[in-house]
Amino acid sequence: MTNRELFDRLHFAFTISYHYLYPQLTMGLALLIVVLKSLGLRRDDSRYDDAARFWARIFGINFVMGVVTGIPMEFQFGTNWSEFSRLTGSVIGQPLAMEGAFSFFLESAFLGLFLFRERRLSRWAHWGTAVAVMAGSWLSGYFIIVTDAWMQHPVGFRMGPGGSFDVSSFLQLLGNPWALIQYAHTMCGAVVTASFVVSGVGALYMLLRRHQEYAQIFLRVGVTVGTIASILQVFPTGDLHGKYMARHQPVTTAAMEGLFQTEKGAPIVLVGQPDVQQQRIDNPVAINDLLSFLAYGTPRATVQGLDAYSRDQWPTNISIVYYAYHIMVGLGTWFVAIMLAAAVFLWRGRLFVTRWLLWPLMLSVPLPYIANIAGWVTAETGRQPWIVYGLLRTAAGYSPHISTGNVLFTLLGFMGMYAVLSILFLLLVWNVISAGPENEQPCIGSTGAPVAAS
Amino acid sequence: MATIWFWLVALMLTVYVVLDGFDLGVGALHFIVGRSRPERNTLLRTIGPVWDGNEVWLIAAGGTLYFAFPLLYAAAFSGFYLPLMIVLWLLILRGIGIELREHFESDLWQDFFDGLFFIGSGLLAFFLGVALANVIRGVPIGPDLSFFLPLWTNFRTGAHPGILDWYTVLGGLLALVALAEHGALYLLMKTDGLLRQRVRRVAQRLSGPLAGLTAASLLATIWIRPESVANYLRHPIGFVFPAGVTAALILMRLFMRRGNDAMIFAASTAYLAAMLLGAAFGLDPVLMPSTLNAAQDITIANAQAAPYGLTVGLVWWGFGIAMAVAYFLFVYRMFRGRVQASPSH
Repeated sequence: MTNRELFDRLHFAFTISYHYLYPQLTMGLALLIVVLKSLGLRRDDSRYDDAARFWARIFGINFVMGVVTGIPMEFQFGTNWSEFSRLTGSVIGQPLAMEGAFSFFLESAFLGLFLFRERRLSRWAHWGTAVAVMAGSWLSGYFIIVTDAWMQHPVGFRMGPGGSFDVSSFLQLLGNPWALIQYAHTMCGAVVTASFVVSGVGALYMLLRRHQEYAQIFLRVGVTVGTIASILQVFPTGDLHGKYMARHQPVTTAAMEGLFQTEKGAPIVLVGQPDVQQQRIDNPVAINDLLSFLAYGTPRATVQGLDAYSRDQWPTNISIVYYAYHIMVGLGTWFVAIMLAAAVFLWRGRLFVTRWLLWPLMLSVPLPYIANIAGWVTAETGRQPWIVYGLLRTAAGYSPHISTGNVLFTLLGFMGMYAVLSILFLLLVWNVISAGPENEQPCIGSTGAPVAAS
Repeated sequence: MATIWFWLVALMLTVYVVLDGFDLGVGALHFIVGRSRPERNTLLRTIGPVWDGNEVWLIAAGGTLYFAFPLLYAAAFSGFYLPLMIVLWLLILRGIGIELREHFESDLWQDFFDGLFFIGSGLLAFFLGVALANVIRGVPIGPDLSFFLPLWTNFRTGAHPGILDWYTVLGGLLALVALAEHGALYLLMKTDGLLRQRVRRVAQRLSGPLAGLTAASLLATIWIRPESVANYLRHPIGFVFPAGVTAALILMRLFMRRGNDAMIFAASTAYLAAMLLGAAFGLDPVLMPSTLNAAQDITIANAQAAPYGLTVGLVWWGFGIAMAVAYFLFVYRMFRGRVQASPSH
């Protein structure tokens, strides 16, 4: 790999990973806010509206971060990956342009109303703005997944002049089966993040013995939704995604599992360090036959190892793919375990006083972020060396006329700027959390006070 | 088919400039017009709920350009690598400037965020003009239909210019003044009292330089790129654009004397639209001229996507944009009226 390709990949990897710290909470929290608003309407209980307002403040800050770090993403296809854009733009430009037309307009229009116009809207209308914001953010997620799914599993296209790709079926592009599975898996991941954040803040308040009335709402809603989402994350969405992967990108599956040799009754390695030179896993803790069963449904099925493929088909960094996948799966298992435990205690009415369980629930807040990013790293480094799987190599995708120095210049610039953004974000969210949800007034913040005409 | 898309993208960019133009203008003025923090709060409240939606037009236009003219998207975005990255950083600073200021109670923080917003808005307005001027002047597109431009060379135009030369800087200044004026005219509708009087004085003071810079840039364009006149001579209908620019400038002064706020803003909108669509008319069918060889121009013909995608796109685009327009009408209706001088809490 040349330095240019490395820096361009780092540039995209850094900016997209950082960006995705925000939308995963935006999308998940949008659902939880709708749940809170719906409970408020159903039970005619204004405490749920106060709770929704508290989370809307955090949502607002998080949303801004998502917007400002998201704009560079669309631009980077052209700036750093111009060959890729030139060849595939008429295909993936479609979902990217649709994202602007269908979701960003919806989201930005109704977010203003949701955040600043609660006093002037009826309760139902305000609920409607929350639903519209959620619809916008979830649609946006779908268009992005369609784009990525096409790079993972290209469908609905034909080759045009000079090696370019043209859409041949719009419906196949939008209905790519890979996209449907990946979307379900990704959105579950977003809801898991938001559930852990909401129940984590609830746990913090219970442990501090502050705002206990609201803390109980956060825990009840967060743990209930979190349990469902954590389970769906593993089964069926994760399971289906794994099976689909094994069928269409078997070499990636081999790298994810660290399976160097083709085996009948292949094991799952739980822990172990891949040694790519020697082509083996050091210090393995493994369960025999399980990989064959998970990938193909029978314990004696043959699973192709990396040795079945020539080296130029291997993902460029096997160890990263392997670790990212194992971190994702390990954390996913932890999420199911802790959420199920919390759900049992909640059901028996003892969660709020069980401090030994509230502690790990609170400390788990950062983990879904790690798991979500690890999942994306698995998918994207697992796709290498291809930028369009099987058809276009990543090395043929970057912009030909930009020097390495220029790419490094802007990468460092983004790193510096995002460091500042992170500090601001943490400071602001901490302010909101320490102020607490009590006495939340309908927000009239300085940019949205009522107008004189009212 | 591709020609329709050329005009749709031009139209989306025009809508972007008209809408985001006024909030950029407010950003570039709020430090000058707003003497105290409460005044600046009032000024920013006029754009607070709408600036984000306005900016979406830029993203949507970018996406549309991407799928309709992939070659142009690839060549232009990589060729303008550094200025685009600077624009991205400015967009980030500006976004957090306006959105995060209200979350900090402290005066010092608010001044800091106001400063970010002011600098971000002013420089963005300037760079938008620079970008457009670069497209009109042309860039050194090679035989492989790509190029790379440094930020500046010797500030002269010619075969190998930089992003910044005297012509593009002129374009940048024109954009800054035009959008500041547009922002001031928006504020005229949204504010009252002393603040409004001050806004009015600024708007009057800017109208002279605006007319002067418009004339200068028009002459400079004819001198730099005589080809753009050819389109007008071939299709004299195009003269509605320069005529529209002139009429809009005159009407702006006339309505300013009569004090009809909505009409002045409409005239400024017409001015911006006529300028941009006039530029597009001069370019058509070229998307980006080459300063090296006219055979290496990026044109509608060599940059367009395949017809199937463009046809399908027309269906969903029409649907999507119709919904977007409906949201905009609804939101602007909800936030209509003048913004009170002091916060109500």
